Amino acid sequence: MNKNIKNEMKIEFSSKSANEAFARISVAAFASQLDPTIEEIADIKTSVSEAVTNSIIHAYPNKDGIVKLRARLLEDEIEIEVSDTGEGIENIEEAKVPLFTTKGNLERSGMGFTIMENFMDELKVESIVGLGTKVTMNKKIKKTKELEKNTY
Amino acid sequence: MNVKHFIEDKVLLFEFTEELDHHIAEKIRKRSDYEIQRFMPKRVIMDFKKVNFMDSAGIGLIIGRYKSTNCYGGTLELMNVNNKIKRIFEMSGVLKIVPITSDFREAKQTG
Ligand SMILES: Nc1ncnc2c1ncn2[C@@H]1O[C@H](COP(=O)(O)OP(=O)(O)O)[C@@H](O)[C@H]1O
Ligand SMILES: [Mg+2]
Repeated sequence: MNKNIKNEMKIEFSSKSANEAFARISVAAFASQLDPTIEEIADIKTSVSEAVTNSIIHAYPNKDGIVKLRARLLEDEIEIEVSDTGEGIENIEEAKVPLFTTKGNLERSGMGFTIMENFMDELKVESIVGLGTKVTMNKKIKKTKELEKNTY
Repeated sequence: MNVKHFIEDKVLLFEFTEELDHHIAEKIRKRSDYEIQRFMPKRVIMDFKKVNFMDSAGIGLIIGRYKSTNCYGGTLELMNVNNKIKRIFEMSGVLKIVPITSDFREAKQTG
């Protein structure tokens, strides 16, 4: 499954909540090269927002840290990686269960991973307690727009 | 967020004008609870007409305000929820406890 990487971007930023909008807007702008639909862009923005927010609030609960974001454009899909070097997740399967949260007191809903799973085509979560977490998400960008153009 | 008080009907309307993520939700939470606690409205309505982005922070925001209105007998309703936002609410099951009202006038009449 080694697809050609057409383009790649990386950004790193402090784990400040003001950067949530910056992160999702950056990925959306980068993804626009694949000519996605408005719906596809909305799904990508929501998923990036979920992953980045998780690193900001769960990985570094009481301190500032660095959140890394990498996006790659493959032939017909985008791959997004969000990683941190924070607390890590003890039980990944449990963390993915809808409504499961360890931060109910902060009005978290426990729906972050469920949304990423539903809005993207693939979701991979790797984590080691004390070392950090890496979330990799892929989404196919359909090529229907090309066909539409050709009919004119 | 714009806040509108309808004193005669005891209705409090929050019109969200921002992107509802974790960063913004933290700010809205404090302001909305302040308004709810000092006005104790019969019904609180949240208007999503001007929201063009929402993630799971919106779910937490609603469940939190459901609790702060429910505790003294008030109700919470949502309005102008587009399909994108609705899909996120539906995943969480929150619409089982917080109904969507088709428009504010109707909300006023049926209450
Ligand atoms: N980057 C991360 N670092 C540490 N823990 C995380 C991370 N991402 C998710 N988690 C854990 O997984 C749980 C579920 O995440 P999620 O589904 O996004 O729900 P929520 O963020 O609302 O709690 C979180 O409550 C947290 O315990
Ligand atoms: Mg989350």
